[in-house]
Amino acid sequence: MTDLCADWELLIQAEGDGELDIVATARLARHVETCTACARLQSQLHGLSQRIRDLPRDAAPTRLAAGFRVAPARRRFVPALGGFAAGMALAASLMLMVTAGADPDAELVAGHIRALQPGHLTDVVSTDQHTVKPWFDGRIDYAPDVRDFPAAGFALVGGRLDYIGGRPVAALVYRHAKHPIDLYVWPASGDAAPSVTSSKGYNLVRWKAGGMEYVAVSDITPDDMRAFALLWLGKS
Amino acid sequence: MTIGGRIVSAKFADAILPHLDAAFRLARWLLRDPAAAEDVVQDALVRAMTYFDQFRGENPRAWLLQIVRNTAWTSRAGGKRLDQLDDDAHATLATDAPDPEAALVQAEAAQSLTDAIARLPTDLRECLVLREIEELPYRDIAIVVGVPIGTVMSRLFRARKLLLAGAEETWK
Repeated sequence: MTDLCADWELLIQAEGDGELDIVATARLARHVETCTACARLQSQLHGLSQRIRDLPRDAAPTRLAAGFRVAPARRRFVPALGGFAAGMALAASLMLMVTAGADPDAELVAGHIRALQPGHLTDVVSTDQHTVKPWFDGRIDYAPDVRDFPAAGFALVGGRLDYIGGRPVAALVYRHAKHPIDLYVWPASGDAAPSVTSSKGYNLVRWKAGGMEYVAVSDITPDDMRAFALLWLGKS
Repeated sequence: MTIGGRIVSAKFADAILPHLDAAFRLARWLLRDPAAAEDVVQDALVRAMTYFDQFRGENPRAWLLQIVRNTAWTSRAGGKRLDQLDDDAHATLATDAPDPEAALVQAEAAQSLTDAIARLPTDLRECLVLREIEELPYRDIAIVVGVPIGTVMSRLFRARKLLLAGAEETWK
């Protein structure tokens, strides 16, 4: 590396960090072709990055996440409280688990809340319905229809398997203005118009069509829930 | 099972909790002590809850890492000089791999790189970790560390030159 090349150093680094625009990248590539010192620096920096990225990665201890419990939606901020509140929170979450078996809505809401835990929202992350749909092949014994409505503000972000009522159920994950929506789909006969209910502070909309039952769970407004259902039914 | 059993809004959980691993990794790299890192992340999450209404909803990852970084440097462990930290990182080397010898060589190389990063001056180390481990773009590193992008670039370069020089030293 000669002093003349000092100007290239930060550009070489920026290229390795993916921060260089296409014009500068092309100019740098021409320089590196003729300058062995810069070529050497470039390969050293690439090698170093690779070695650092290969280092073992820590995951956060699970008790860090376990210390937090998600409150029902629409409650903005609940300040950190003492032992009594902690006990109440634990009791509330236990009740959720206990009642889950009896009340199908509560079970779906519990699945939605579980999914809000770190890294659990989606098993397959894709905004492409042609990626999400085949992902379910072999994981469940039916093929849910997968649709995406980005223009209407309901963007598909992925899919997941949940266990509802003791069986694996497809959950399609959407986002509406940053709020996640879980849409559970399973085979059912008959047709039913969308009906909106609420459970534990979450809103649910359920309908039946085309041999499937659909239940969406989210903290968006009942009107938005209904709009989502109508989009699915092709009625809006 | 719970640390304080804190109740958070679904909005907070959705924005912040996905970045717990990143938060813990950063604290761990800054402080070199898993127990201190856990305390720092715990404190940082409480701060994040307290200030969440001021969060404007963009880039929750950089926002949380900024809080973790500031919490780390103001914590007791962060106040300690590097040379006062116990050197417990040497404690375990994976030896149950199919080829124990190769695994050992690999583990030693990884360990010596880890040590070299730990010996970097803190202002260089935090930039390097945010770039290489957390894979943040320069713009976000500048937000987390609170310096201009140009400073991020020069710190990164100095960190990498030091690591490359150290690597040449050990190969001699």
